[in-house]
Amino acid sequence: MFAGFITSLRNEGVLVSLTEYLTLLKAMKHQVAVLDVEDFYYLARATLVKDERLVDRFDRVFALYFQGIASISEDLLAEIPDEWLKKLAEKYLSPEEMAAIQGLGGFEKLMETLRERLQEQKGRHQGGSKWIGTAGTSPFGAYGYNPEGVRIGQKESRHRRAVKVWDKREFRDLDGEVELGTRGIKLALRRLRRWGREGEANELDLGGTIRATAANGGVLDLHLRPERRNKVKVLLLLDIGGSMDDHIEESAQLFSAAKSEFKHLETFYFHNCPYEKLWRSNRRRHDDFTPTTQVMNTYGPDWCLIIVGDATMSPYEISHAGGSVEHWNEESGAVWMGRLLKHYPKSAWINPRDTQHWGYTASLKLLKQMMGERMFPLTLDGLDGALKELRRPH
Amino acid sequence: MSKAVKFTGTESYITTRDLEIAVNAAMTLERPLLVKGEPGTGKTVLAREVATALGMPLIEWHVKSTTKAAQGLYEYDAVARLRDGQLGEAKVHDIANYIVRGKLWEAFTADSQVVLLIDEIDKADIEFPNDLLQELDRMEFFVYETKEVVKAKVRPLVIITSNNEKELPDAFLRRCFFHFIRFPDRTTMERIVASHYPNIKHDLVREALNLFFDIREVPGLKKKPATSELLDWLKLLMVDDIPAEILKSNDPKLVVPPLYGALLKNEQDVHLFERVAFLARRGQ
Repeated sequence: MFAGFITSLRNEGVLVSLTEYLTLLKAMKHQVAVLDVEDFYYLARATLVKDERLVDRFDRVFALYFQGIASISEDLLAEIPDEWLKKLAEKYLSPEEMAAIQGLGGFEKLMETLRERLQEQKGRHQGGSKWIGTAGTSPFGAYGYNPEGVRIGQKESRHRRAVKVWDKREFRDLDGEVELGTRGIKLALRRLRRWGREGEANELDLGGTIRATAANGGVLDLHLRPERRNKVKVLLLLDIGGSMDDHIEESAQLFSAAKSEFKHLETFYFHNCPYEKLWRSNRRRHDDFTPTTQVMNTYGPDWCLIIVGDATMSPYEISHAGGSVEHWNEESGAVWMGRLLKHYPKSAWINPRDTQHWGYTASLKLLKQMMGERMFPLTLDGLDGALKELRRPH
Repeated sequence: MSKAVKFTGTESYITTRDLEIAVNAAMTLERPLLVKGEPGTGKTVLAREVATALGMPLIEWHVKSTTKAAQGLYEYDAVARLRDGQLGEAKVHDIANYIVRGKLWEAFTADSQVVLLIDEIDKADIEFPNDLLQELDRMEFFVYETKEVVKAKVRPLVIITSNNEKELPDAFLRRCFFHFIRFPDRTTMERIVASHYPNIKHDLVREALNLFFDIREVPGLKKKPATSELLDWLKLLMVDDIPAEILKSNDPKLVVPPLYGALLKNEQDVHLFERVAFLARRGQ
């Protein structure tokens, strides 16, 4: 009955299963919600969405599907600056087409055609996978297939050290579910295990029991002990967007492995250099952030701090107040890094860039210096080194 | 087809329409209802109120970090049996004497439909929900020691609460209905307060709610006060007969509201609030 609705939901990343669909139909049959769109909405929500973070997406699809509006590209395009559209037009339309359009009606017409193009393109690469493109060909990254998104003055910033980035595009959240190739990383992460016996004694201590029973003259004397648990706590800060797009895959693998390895793992994102704000989800980074002080307040110095980032930016982003590419930062990145490092004696920076380039980027050298040489490459050996560092008693 | 009984909230529990639908769906299709939400927004209370409203007995299973899924079904007390064996007791020959029934067993064997509350499922080990999949789906389980199958006579209405401390497995979620209790808006909050304290003074409620929503706005609080804290606080205000004027006074000595202990639960939050309030008043 609502197969189209289910498909739209899945396209938007709300992965509804067949079971849930059937449950919804069954509930309809049992008249849990009758003759009332609002009731139906609540019922569908309770049946199909199992995570409050997805409710927003569900709402969007619901609105679209049940009002018969077929596309959401419109409002996606709403905030894109004209310069960028022009630039895009050059990319997507052949010179002949451009000329033809110019003949037809100039800029307005051009924009309209472009809009259609973009919509088609979106439909094509979207193809049943996530709404945010999977291989960096989302309409927002379409600028010459450069995954960086929009930059004004692109020509000057080929080496990704543009000072201001037009960064309204949505960033991909690192996918915690990539399992491929994470085994090696998981094994490396095991180094960080710190077993401790704590909590209730509920495991039979065989050795202790035998000893005690023997000492007791053969009368059974049971001994229990608490289970072993991994006690280590990890605070993971991930750089995302911009130059990190080249390293998405490795970072996602690391993240996915870490997620399954540590019981106590908290993840936050930052862009280029940690400042006064960190955020938990990239999708809502502009309105939903956590102040860095609050993060430090919540997770004490017994947590291990692992920062993952390529440390590649303009040096001002570290050394100067107001140097950030995204916002006005009152205090420089260096100040915030200093605070973090002081608060977390156990810390390491993992850098996905190839070590042979490390010497050429000023910002990287700067951060490496700040980290006190605790910067490691994102390779198995590098991870090993980083984890050894974290294990070192402080 | 649909059951005559529908849950529509109780006198002391104000529900929203979406919550009613979710509860009724879970009841009709006999599937578990998973409830999430900020601490203190009435997740656990929901089960109690549903039980009262529908006139069903309530069986509560509070999950802790050491709780194992099997404990909800039954436990085989091998130690007691060993001890009895050494002492030569007669009942040692029947293994059934050493099977301790769990909450699920209790709920399954009840004669009438019961509400089973599995409270704070996220506190337990990551594998905990997976271990309960079959049991909650089919409402039956096998007792290995006595080779018997325990099957629900009447499928209980299962309500599960979670505080989001751990992600729940997908397979588990697929089998549940889900409801996220949103933090109530001001109007709902007023109704909730009115249902709990019908005799409270209007201006006190108004000022208290103003202050309460202000405190929730303070960035960086470790634990934002929620409904249960508000209700406790109002009760204290009423008992101490604090006039409404005090709550809105701009006296710098009274930066921190009276009896704040009911709202802010740790000293960092109190310090933070003092600082923010002090700055705000100095700015005025």
